[in-house]
Amino acid sequence: MDLTKDADAARETLRTMWTIRRFEEAVDDLFARGLMHGTMHLSIGQEAVPAGACLALREGDYITSTHRGHGHCIARGARIDAMMAELLAKETGYCRGRGGSMHIADVATGNLGANGIVAGGVPIAAGAGLAVSLRGGDEVVVSFFGDGAVNEGAWHEGVNLAAIWDLPVVFVCENNHYGMSMSVGKAFKVDRLAERAAAYGIPGVTVDGNDPQAVHDAVSDAVHRARAGRGPSLVEAVTYRWKGHSKSDKNLYRTREEIEAWREQDPIVRFERAVAATLSDADVAACRDEARDAVREAIRVANAAPDARADSLADAVYAGSEA
Amino acid sequence: MTAVLPQQRTLTYAEAVREALAQAMEADERVFLLGEDIGTYGGAFGVTGDLVHRFGERRVRDTPISELGIVGAAVGAALAGMRPVVEIQFSDFTAQAMDQIVNQAAKIHFMLGGAASVPMVLRAPGGSGTGAAAQHSQSLEAWFAHVPGLKVVMPSTAADAKGLLLAAIDDPNPVIVLEHKLLYKQSGPVPEEATRVRLGETAVRRSGGDVTIVATGVMVSRALEAAGQLAAEGIEASVLDPRTLRPLDAAPIVDSVTATGRALLVQEAPQTGGFMAEVAAAIVESSAFGHLRAPVARLCGLDVPIPYAPQLERAAVPQTGDIVRRARELVTTW
Ligand SMILES: Cc1ncc(C[n+]2csc(CCOP(=O)(O)OP(=O)(O)O)c2C)c(N)n1
Ligand SMILES: [Mg+2]
Repeated sequence: MDLTKDADAARETLRTMWTIRRFEEAVDDLFARGLMHGTMHLSIGQEAVPAGACLALREGDYITSTHRGHGHCIARGARIDAMMAELLAKETGYCRGRGGSMHIADVATGNLGANGIVAGGVPIAAGAGLAVSLRGGDEVVVSFFGDGAVNEGAWHEGVNLAAIWDLPVVFVCENNHYGMSMSVGKAFKVDRLAERAAAYGIPGVTVDGNDPQAVHDAVSDAVHRARAGRGPSLVEAVTYRWKGHSKSDKNLYRTREEIEAWREQDPIVRFERAVAATLSDADVAACRDEARDAVREAIRVANAAPDARADSLADAVYAGSEA
Repeated sequence: MTAVLPQQRTLTYAEAVREALAQAMEADERVFLLGEDIGTYGGAFGVTGDLVHRFGERRVRDTPISELGIVGAAVGAALAGMRPVVEIQFSDFTAQAMDQIVNQAAKIHFMLGGAASVPMVLRAPGGSGTGAAAQHSQSLEAWFAHVPGLKVVMPSTAADAKGLLLAAIDDPNPVIVLEHKLLYKQSGPVPEEATRVRLGETAVRRSGGDVTIVATGVMVSRALEAAGQLAAEGIEASVLDPRTLRPLDAAPIVDSVTATGRALLVQEAPQTGGFMAEVAAAIVESSAFGHLRAPVARLCGLDVPIPYAPQLERAAVPQTGDIVRRARELVTTW
């Protein structure tokens, strides 16, 4: 699908990217003002990856997400008021205040969870693919992870299992150039992380991760292949994280110039330019405003919700024991 | 009305496990097995045996040597609606898979606010006595029992090996089933039907008024042997087998110690930080405290890795004679 020529798709892509951007800006602001607790990992600058990838999925498909998972959750169709409520430690949050940013997920949209463990979701994605395969279903699992995950043993084990059993999994690497402070250049001997696919006998491609169309095309191909029972693929989407790794990052490992150069490659600005022939200025502005208003409303709704309660904690550990 | 006992015959512990797996797979399409060499080879200890011929390679799935991947795949399959049963060849190798067991399987239900659950079973043989030395002989139950979100069972008889496994497969939570290598060839009566043994029920294996012996795994049969020898000396021991370590059913233990006034807690695992410390705490924190006639005693494995030489290996974990001596000492000194 051409996301720049189809007006509905263009609007949806733009709205999703703006919603992620505005949601995370709001979260950043709430945190800076001391109104939000904990820590969080923002994906500002990387919005094209979840937006382009999730458009290739349909109902019933699964995703596994990461510590930097707000974008995946939103792009898969989660309600941002329930997400905001989770971050604001409310009972109405997706995880009832038990998970927070690092475990946020709307399970109803097939999101099997963000994950605080780097590469933790990769073998889980293989397992969800195995479930689909055993049932003879045609659902697909997209596993999102960062460049850092690609050097974890769990990544290799998960990708290998998916490969040998031809499981319907699409491994999407968001290569944002750093695992915390460790640069991809220092952490890898290969130029492209997609080369790792060859070791498992599966296709691997590298695409511009700041272009939702490029991400969408590559993920769609991989999804079709997976749905047809032809096994997993690896898609490396090259992108960049604008903000610090988490709240404590002083950016000592990279230069201001490097960050500026990548901000010039803003995926949203680029996409707005790309859709200029399809959407009017008013259309584009409407997408932006809708996102802004939705985030404001989410904060309002979440703030009004009751705080997460400690009295039910003991019953929350085991399934089947909740009152 | 007379209670009709379910049809029983004698099976080995390994056969009982296999029968549970077969009955669970027959009854529920969602149940499938994952593990190293569990197919044609039949499992490193022969537990899965011919199941691959009965249920096919898809449901009795040989995996690469990839413990973290296998357990992760089970977590994902469970999240996506299946009921995976993983065999880890030796419980020692759960160390490879600890992230998926402890950080994923145990916590997902909680972290997601109850929106998802992980109904999976991980079976693994533990224990010493086979000359396999330090990396193939450990008793790691305390690791798992320490983690909220996991359930942990240690069957000590063939009937329990079947009944607890069936209950574990039914359970909507991740359950770690620690089988014992020395028990695989032990035989006992096992119901033919798919009779569940509920998780979280301590079994009273023998009743006696002088001392309560609490034991797990292969120590249960040693404790029963010891109780027989003690009876010949006029010392009557109760033998209790928790069977499920988490959630622990402490009430029968408390009741028994209240009656006997003496507790001897026996485990194969090294003493420090071991599960019997938890049982000791459960006793002294309870009303049984006021009935104690002797300090609560533990008889555990030495705080050493399991050695290779047979005489060293025997010296490293409690033997029947050790239990007899320690129980006698408790009863005659106090
Ligand atoms: C197993 C594990 N090791 C280390 C960490 C700490 N940590 C959290 S995120 C992160 C960097 C991950 O890099 P990458 O996978 O590239 O994702 P990104 O943060 O760039 O999105 C690190 C080191 C962790 N959470 N889990
Ligand atoms: Mg990274």
